[in-house]
Amino acid sequence: MLSSGSSFAKPGHEAGPPLWLLAELTYRCPLQCPYCSNPLDFAQQGAELSTAEWIEVFRQARGLGAAQLGFSGGEPLVRQDLAELIKAARDLGYYTNLITSGIGLTEARIAEFAEAGLDHIQISFQAADEEVNNLLAGSKKAFAHKLAMARAVKAHGYPMVLNFVTHRHNIDNIERIIELCLELEADFVELATCQFYGWAELNRAGLLPTRAQLERAERITHQWRDKLAAENNPCKLIFVTPDYYEERPKACMNGWGNLFLDITPDGTALPCHSARQLPVQFPNVREHSIEHIWRHSFGFNRFRGDDWMPEPCRSCDEKHKDLGGCRCQAFMLTGDASNADPVCSKSAHHGVILAARQQADEAPLGLGDLQYRNDKASRIICKA
Amino acid sequence: MTTAILPKVPVIRRGFRLQFEPVQNCHVLLYPEGMIKLNDSASEIFQQIDGSRSVGQIIVALRERFPDAPGIDEDILAFMEVASAQFWIELR
Ligand code: SF4
Ligand code: SF4
Repeated sequence: MLSSGSSFAKPGHEAGPPLWLLAELTYRCPLQCPYCSNPLDFAQQGAELSTAEWIEVFRQARGLGAAQLGFSGGEPLVRQDLAELIKAARDLGYYTNLITSGIGLTEARIAEFAEAGLDHIQISFQAADEEVNNLLAGSKKAFAHKLAMARAVKAHGYPMVLNFVTHRHNIDNIERIIELCLELEADFVELATCQFYGWAELNRAGLLPTRAQLERAERITHQWRDKLAAENNPCKLIFVTPDYYEERPKACMNGWGNLFLDITPDGTALPCHSARQLPVQFPNVREHSIEHIWRHSFGFNRFRGDDWMPEPCRSCDEKHKDLGGCRCQAFMLTGDASNADPVCSKSAHHGVILAARQQADEAPLGLGDLQYRNDKASRIICKA
Repeated sequence: MTTAILPKVPVIRRGFRLQFEPVQNCHVLLYPEGMIKLNDSASEIFQQIDGSRSVGQIIVALRERFPDAPGIDEDILAFMEVASAQFWIELR
């Protein structure tokens, strides 16, 4: 373990403040989504931070400028101290977001959170189609309960974001998804094609939509946007495509350690929720201050600036635009986290992306072939 | 530019919050999973929105505070239009 005194800060590189703090309160979750972004070895993680430890994290991060705080997981509702954490965060001046599957939510808790000062609730759905939704979530009651809870969230006056993770098995229902969201009076609708990290990577062949599916979904979303604007409807539709169909990668997380700070259930600090899989040592809030972690730790400085880039990024004139793409994707698909994100057509590994596109067109796996996220599968896949 | 909104009362929409952020040294507008940094004039206008004063009253108040600023009426009217088109505020 590094002593608190050592600094890996890069001279000449000034990181922005950690405006966004994500508190992954727990990896416990009653659902088993096959695209879950939690680490594959989630069943073997360390003890969760206590209430007091979390509040201290909030206080320190707020001092560094964090203003948005997301409570997520796993399923954050599993934490019995959630209302207390919300109140502490709100008193510190955070805008507080609860990101939930809705399972475990009740009218009483919605009211309790409002009392504590919760600003906003996001509910995630797996599809507008009850059958697909229940199959994907591994629970029969899930869907009806979510709808009831979405209505209760609005009845309590919260702004509501509905998040639909789309993939090849539900993206063709996009019109129904949008209609459902409007019926529930969502303020924001995120239609996000699942990103292929964690459990989704394992299931990529069964999840990646074809280019034709994506183009159709995007076209329909555009039509609805125009319609909403014409009706002066405040609902905003946000469509997120997977970068597998791009020729240039995205500037992942707006830059490594530049905006986003994720604290996992056991206190490990990450620059992105999927970074834990990287062969990089990340600091823990039980051992270091947030200030040290953000400014000086090895992990948070590892991919700041551009001195770590090999070719083709090193001499590329676009490197300040996309920062070489996503480190996790580079690691998963090329074996080296420093490499160019293989989404980039200049990458020597771009072939793996082309192959995945072709596979999506030719030989998709059915729903029954997906590897569901649960304790048993976690233990089988990740031998300690 | 319309003056029909002068008697209307602007209200910040539920779920949106105006706040001063010392680290960024500016006012920001916070909303679900997002944040907009406000420039000086936008934050002055936003701070006048209290749910009881009308657009017309806000113009009078800001004219008094900034007697030397030219075209302040148009700026405020333009701001109200943009802010309501963005659904940050409601004009009641
Ligand atoms: S993605 Fe699904 S399984 Fe994973 S934490 Fe969220 S709700 Fe639970
Ligand atoms: S080579 Fe690297 S820096 Fe250049 S566009 Fe591709 S990923 Fe971005």
